[in-house]
Amino acid sequence: MTPKFRHSPPFLALLIFMFAMPSEAHAAKISELVEVDLGDQFVRFFSLQDAAIRHILLGCLFMGINFGLLGSFVVVRRMALVGDTLSHAVLPGVAVGFLFTMSKEPWAILLGATMAGLLGAATVSWIQRSTRLKQDAALGMVLASFFAVGICLIKMIERIPSVNRSGLDHFFYGQAAALGRADLWMMGGTAVLSTIIVVLLYRPLLATSFDQVFARSIGLPERMLFHLLMLLLALAIVVALQAVGALMVSAMLITPATTAFLLTKRMHVMLCLATGLAIAAGMLGAFLSFVGEGLVSHTLPTGPSMALCAGGFFLLAFLFSPHHGLVSRYRRHLSQTRQITVENTLKAIYRAMESDRFKEEGIAVRRLAGDARETFEETMKRLRLLVRDGLATFASARGEVIYLTPEGLQHASRVVRNHRLWELYLTNEADYDADHVHADAEKVEHILGEDQVMELERYLDYPEQDPHGKRIPSLRDTQRLPLRDLAVKEEEVEP
Amino acid sequence: MTDPTSSSQEIVLETHDLTVAYDKKPVLYGLDVSIAPGQLVGIMGPNGAGKSTLIKAIMGLLDPSGGWIKIFGESNTSQRKRVAYVPQRREVDWDFPVTVMDVVLMGRYGHLGLFRRPGKRDRDIAMEALEKVNMIPYASRQISNLSGGQQQRVFLARALAQESDLYLMDEPFVGVDAATESTIVDLLQDLRSQGKTILVVHHDLPTARQYFDSLILLNLRLIAYGPVEEVFKEELLQRAYGGRLTILSEVADATGEKSKVDLSAKR
Repeated sequence: MTPKFRHSPPFLALLIFMFAMPSEAHAAKISELVEVDLGDQFVRFFSLQDAAIRHILLGCLFMGINFGLLGSFVVVRRMALVGDTLSHAVLPGVAVGFLFTMSKEPWAILLGATMAGLLGAATVSWIQRSTRLKQDAALGMVLASFFAVGICLIKMIERIPSVNRSGLDHFFYGQAAALGRADLWMMGGTAVLSTIIVVLLYRPLLATSFDQVFARSIGLPERMLFHLLMLLLALAIVVALQAVGALMVSAMLITPATTAFLLTKRMHVMLCLATGLAIAAGMLGAFLSFVGEGLVSHTLPTGPSMALCAGGFFLLAFLFSPHHGLVSRYRRHLSQTRQITVENTLKAIYRAMESDRFKEEGIAVRRLAGDARETFEETMKRLRLLVRDGLATFASARGEVIYLTPEGLQHASRVVRNHRLWELYLTNEADYDADHVHADAEKVEHILGEDQVMELERYLDYPEQDPHGKRIPSLRDTQRLPLRDLAVKEEEVEP
Repeated sequence: MTDPTSSSQEIVLETHDLTVAYDKKPVLYGLDVSIAPGQLVGIMGPNGAGKSTLIKAIMGLLDPSGGWIKIFGESNTSQRKRVAYVPQRREVDWDFPVTVMDVVLMGRYGHLGLFRRPGKRDRDIAMEALEKVNMIPYASRQISNLSGGQQQRVFLARALAQESDLYLMDEPFVGVDAATESTIVDLLQDLRSQGKTILVVHHDLPTARQYFDSLILLNLRLIAYGPVEEVFKEELLQRAYGGRLTILSEVADATGEKSKVDLSAKR
């Protein structure tokens, strides 16, 4: 099962770009402010000479693994708000853990915070079950009230004299440098646990995330897996709390996973990408906060800078992702000639389907090549444009066969409709002969706007057939899946 | 089919006095049916008649508040490998990052258990299932890139990959194109000719007559169950779809407000 990227080169280039670019871009901006050479700083930070920095990077690695893996499942299960709530609900537990030992004892805090997180999750489902409130309302309420309790408790602790309360504010904003040996052990342990569970239980987790009811119907322990996921999530959030802070944890959990979601269509690829992105965002964020220390403020928390890096990655993916990125979509839109080729190819496929009375969903490439009187390779080249735009897919069964996607079929119907309407207009209103209108319609079909087409249709009194007796696809056909209707209507039109 | 002689004698599905409640509000009362193998059964009734509820209860997804369900003579939850379920397709998120093949392979997970990976045999079975619903060309497509009919065919292929003896389908004909509709009809007949039993929730009266062997007519309780020609009587359909059962549904509403105790007293 090798992941297939339809556009590996641009995709890889993007990845490399994403990992290479930030260091340069930030260098350009920050170097004006920094007296020390940023390159030296970069080398010093990432060469692992400094024990403290080794701790930070190790922490980011573990956190990235946790958040990449668990965040992906959280995102595809549409539980992003659950993650957010959990990360706020753990705060009172931190305070209680601290009160219990009167110091920043990692184990006590881990225990307290995990308990508080699970209590928060239980409260949410309890509210949902016993009232008519929906999940979003229950989550919002629990998030705010648990967080409020946490803030009050921590403010109380700050007023207790003779207690070493330094570093408590790290739990709000995050400070990766505050990670101790015990913290790292816990982060590492959680990362190993998450990895083992996600690898071993990948398929059941996938099935239960995609279709809970079906998963239960085949006897998968859906509830158990869900609770396991929630427990891991609570643990991952708690151990990352010091590095990222309660306020920013959900950003690190959700953002890398959503970025990965934009970049791939396969879950296992999404898991790997999200992990890589989360690690990169964590490390870069820690580095930025390290560099920015003493510049922006005397202690720059790591949480916000990590969240900013994750957000930066998301923005890059949003703009440049090969399929749905704004930039690539815009560039596709721009190339007019390419668009005309695409539309003519769509039209050829539509005509072939029409001559089969829409009984077949796929059209053989050889046949299209024959219809267009061109070589197989030339036709394939044109068809690949459609595939790249998500308008069709290939399959090989006794030679290459092209299958339109629903979007492709819509687009094809739209072009054919424009063409036939324009032909009808020319013959009816401009007194062209029926055999003279085709060439003109070939040009006009690509430039008719939606409004003009509608006006044309109204003007021609909603015609059903073009001058050659072929059916004009209706507005409905161009807006939703027409195959069935087309097949039915085709029967009607035939004498 | 491993042994057609033995299975042709046993009753595939039997319910006795089955009552199911959602949030303490009963949606299905005292249902008795017993279905022989090799049958193509339509489950029909107006909206809210308890059609999906019946299927979910048979699958063990809802706990009955009274009565029992037996599949092949055993408790329904112990027979999961012999039962395949096709949910309504709008119940899942079709933007989920998986391909058509990934989803169909999920049909094998029940046989694989928690830790085993699908092997070559599982892939072959999945491919075969895809072939039966004419979806092989779409095997590596991401599921967000499918039409409604194609989505439905993916769900059917997933159920076929389970290699079950009893199939439960929740409204497979809703919102599909002509190609899919004829694929489903062929598929149902093919399954029946293999001696499998299929229960299909359906809502279109005219087509029901040609698709099914027998019908279960529901409206909160069983109105009729039998061969299509016997059930397709105006009087029975009137009782299922006409307003004559308003009293019972009012009772259902009323008991919903009260506690379970009231209900058991009524029964």
